[in-house]
Amino acid sequence: MFEVVAFYLFAVLTIAMFTITVVTKNALYALSSLAAGMIFISAFFFLLNADFLGVVQIVVYTGAVMALYAFGMMFFDSISDVEEKISNPRLAFFLTGIVALLVVLILLAPIVSSNIIASYPIHNEYSNTADVGLILFTKFLVPFEVAAVMLLVAMIGGIILAGKKMDTDASSLEAEQDHHHCDFNTKDIK
Amino acid sequence: MENYLYLALFAPLVGALFATLFSNSKKAQIVGIITSLLLATSMVASLILLAHVYTTEQIIHVNMMDWISIGHVYIPFGFIVDQVSVTMMVVVTIVSTMVHIHSNGYMDHDKSFNRFFAWLSAFVFSMLILVMSDNFAGLFIGWEGVGLCSWGLIGFWYHKEDIAHSKDLTKSPFSTLSPYSAVSPSWAANEAFIMNRVADLGMLIGMFLIFWNLGTLQYDEVFANIGMLSHELVVAIAIFLFIGAMGKSAQFPFNTWLANAMEGPTPVSALIHAATMVTAGVYLVVRANEIFTIVPEVGYFIAGLGAFVAIGAASMALVATNMKKIIAYSTLSQLGYMFVAAGLGAYWVALFHLATHAFFKSVLFLGAGNVMHAMNDEINIKNMGGLRKHMPYTALIMTVASLALAGIFPLAGFFSKDMILESAFANEAYILWTVLWITAGLTAFYSFRLVMYVFYGKENYHNLGYHPHESYGYVIAAMTPLAILAVIAGWFEEEFVEFITMSLPVWEGHLEHNTHYMLIGVTSAIAIIGVAFAVFKYLKNGTYFSSSMHKRFCYKVLANQYYLPHLWEKVVVKPYYKLSVYCWKKVDMKIIDAIVDGIAKIIYTGGAEGRAIQTGNLSSALKLMVGGVFILLTLILFFGLTK
Amino acid sequence: MMVTLNDYLILSTIIFMIGLFGVVKRKNLLMLFFSTEIMLNAVNIGFVAIGKFHQDLSGQMFAFFIIAIAASEVAIGLGLLILWFKRKNTIDLDSLQQMRG
Repeated sequence: MFEVVAFYLFAVLTIAMFTITVVTKNALYALSSLAAGMIFISAFFFLLNADFLGVVQIVVYTGAVMALYAFGMMFFDSISDVEEKISNPRLAFFLTGIVALLVVLILLAPIVSSNIIASYPIHNEYSNTADVGLILFTKFLVPFEVAAVMLLVAMIGGIILAGKKMDTDASSLEAEQDHHHCDFNTKDIK
Repeated sequence: MENYLYLALFAPLVGALFATLFSNSKKAQIVGIITSLLLATSMVASLILLAHVYTTEQIIHVNMMDWISIGHVYIPFGFIVDQVSVTMMVVVTIVSTMVHIHSNGYMDHDKSFNRFFAWLSAFVFSMLILVMSDNFAGLFIGWEGVGLCSWGLIGFWYHKEDIAHSKDLTKSPFSTLSPYSAVSPSWAANEAFIMNRVADLGMLIGMFLIFWNLGTLQYDEVFANIGMLSHELVVAIAIFLFIGAMGKSAQFPFNTWLANAMEGPTPVSALIHAATMVTAGVYLVVRANEIFTIVPEVGYFIAGLGAFVAIGAASMALVATNMKKIIAYSTLSQLGYMFVAAGLGAYWVALFHLATHAFFKSVLFLGAGNVMHAMNDEINIKNMGGLRKHMPYTALIMTVASLALAGIFPLAGFFSKDMILESAFANEAYILWTVLWITAGLTAFYSFRLVMYVFYGKENYHNLGYHPHESYGYVIAAMTPLAILAVIAGWFEEEFVEFITMSLPVWEGHLEHNTHYMLIGVTSAIAIIGVAFAVFKYLKNGTYFSSSMHKRFCYKVLANQYYLPHLWEKVVVKPYYKLSVYCWKKVDMKIIDAIVDGIAKIIYTGGAEGRAIQTGNLSSALKLMVGGVFILLTLILFFGLTK
Repeated sequence: MMVTLNDYLILSTIIFMIGLFGVVKRKNLLMLFFSTEIMLNAVNIGFVAIGKFHQDLSGQMFAFFIIAIAASEVAIGLGLLILWFKRKNTIDLDSLQQMRG
């Protein structure tokens, strides 16, 4: 009973939040509602007995990713309303609706039903975190390491992208600064 | 010995290739000399092979390499030198060598000198492949090769314009009284090639029938097994093969091309239309004698057709004033003789006549070439006369050759023609004999009509401003061996029979001695009468047919070649032309081109329209992605449900 | 009344469609990124739900890796976005037209 109520409540809330994200003209509203939506999604994870994942969702997604977006937003002009000219809004509705229908049909079809044998069964004796940890570091070790390398690459990529060398404005700025620096030195000696 | 075979076969090819290198250049005398020398080597090799085959009675059979070897089809490039083919080789190479040397003089001032020798040597090579091949496929290769080279040689002066048709007999290209042998050289070449091609279809069908039923095209295997086929099938094969022979040897109804082929240079006529290409048909019948012996009814048809052609051609030569056409008609007539002999089963007689005819006919053409060269290419015999004084050697040679053609003892033509008449009589084909006998008289008459008009009598050319002179020494020297052969070839009849019947069936005319001598007497009589009539009438009147004759219907019919070219033009050429234009305009341009262009246009428009997708705009790209997802999901649903 | 797998899947689909709608409709690059995030999250829900209802941990594992990938994607994406903004001074989607066909 409790579960059902929680499910529907969070479902409504999530859908509402995400709808605001895609519909609103204000960038800040979009960002905030997105963050809220993420939190509500983690609620779903808790409902589904995926405790570890729920916490990870909050920490990584809402915490890190949203923070990244927030920092990114600072670069852009966020106060003014985002003006968008859309050629054909009806087309967008139509396409999306049809695709939704199809996906639902597919998922409801008898494929998603019986005869699925669990490869990594859930053990209910110990907690979910322990379970996840066991599987992650044994069966999924290689993907884990690869994901780690990928994060490393992303980090390096991010540094390089944001670094001064990639930026034509920054290089001239740096040259100016060096110039000043040299001047200062000569003045100092005199 | 095999080396001599390859030498004889490939020397002309080397000459042709060498001359081709210079085809588009100015006249280079070295081309003529080298090709003639190479032909001479081929001739020597053929003579050596003849000596070898004659003395040792050994047949040389080589398999040079495999050509087609797929599944059940095995056709090699094989060559055989047996009695029949060595006879043909000797005839072909001797005549070709003399023609090559003569051409050096005749084509002296022609600017396409080199190209001429290229085509000529290539022709000899094809002809040698034809006679030396040991299977029908090789024969066909040579067959087509001579057809092609004949096209190139007849249409040698292809830049000459077409002559319009006209009712005036002295100007129409279809009349034997006009200076034009055909509408134009390229027209004549096309006519020759196309007529040959149409007949070749018959030959191909014959070959296909042979292959389909016997599984091989090799002569020895075919002839060994031909008896196993049903009679109707062999009749069909024989008829189809003969149709091919009809095309090459210009039997009715494929005969118009031969007279029109006189548009080409005269040495070409000497080589191709006297000695070699037109005899290919006779060679085919002789080579395939084992097929024709099984079906004598086809043989009778061949003989009948041959006799018909003989007398028809002789009649057309009676009134012609175009010198080369007269000689061409006499070739046609003599081919008829050969086919009569072959049809009646006397194959060695046909071959014998082929050889002797090659000698005297080619030298007749070469002499005519000399006359034309001396008279600035004048071709109307009525515009000549009295050339004996200026061109004594040519006159002597041509007179001798004409005597041989008429069949006067002891020249070569007497022996061979007489054998043919004897074969007709011995087979109790009396109608054929009568036809051939009359033709012999006509032949004698018109050949001496030609000689009289050209070499004797009043000199008619002074108002045309010609200054005739004898040809170069080497040209006369080249014609002399042929003339000598025309005289003596008949004396070797017995040796020839003994030699050739090792390959060909023996045939003897079983006539009593009295009948035999009576026939000889009668034949010689009509020949001598023909000659005498020609000589004396000319000496008396200066002309043969009075001007009142000129208006008569029969004169007109003969002068127009029995209206056969007109018939061809109306019945075959014009409707076919209309059909071709229709196919071009309606079928090709509207349907086929439309389809091909349409396909291209669809792809092109599709691409141009599809370009709109790649706007570079990310938003539309995303929309397209969603669209694609939609399509994929539909497919999944569709196929998932149908499972 | 229990919450069945179908309910979770329908929910996942609805959220995915919202994200898809945003991707198609939005012209602002940043909003586009947001919509992508929504889609990823929807998929996560779907995976975990299926995992739980079939007693399989693979769903959670997959969702875990998706989170990792999404995070790195955001990092790089924002970096590129900032660079683009510095060049063109706009983050309108229609300005990304350089790869015209």
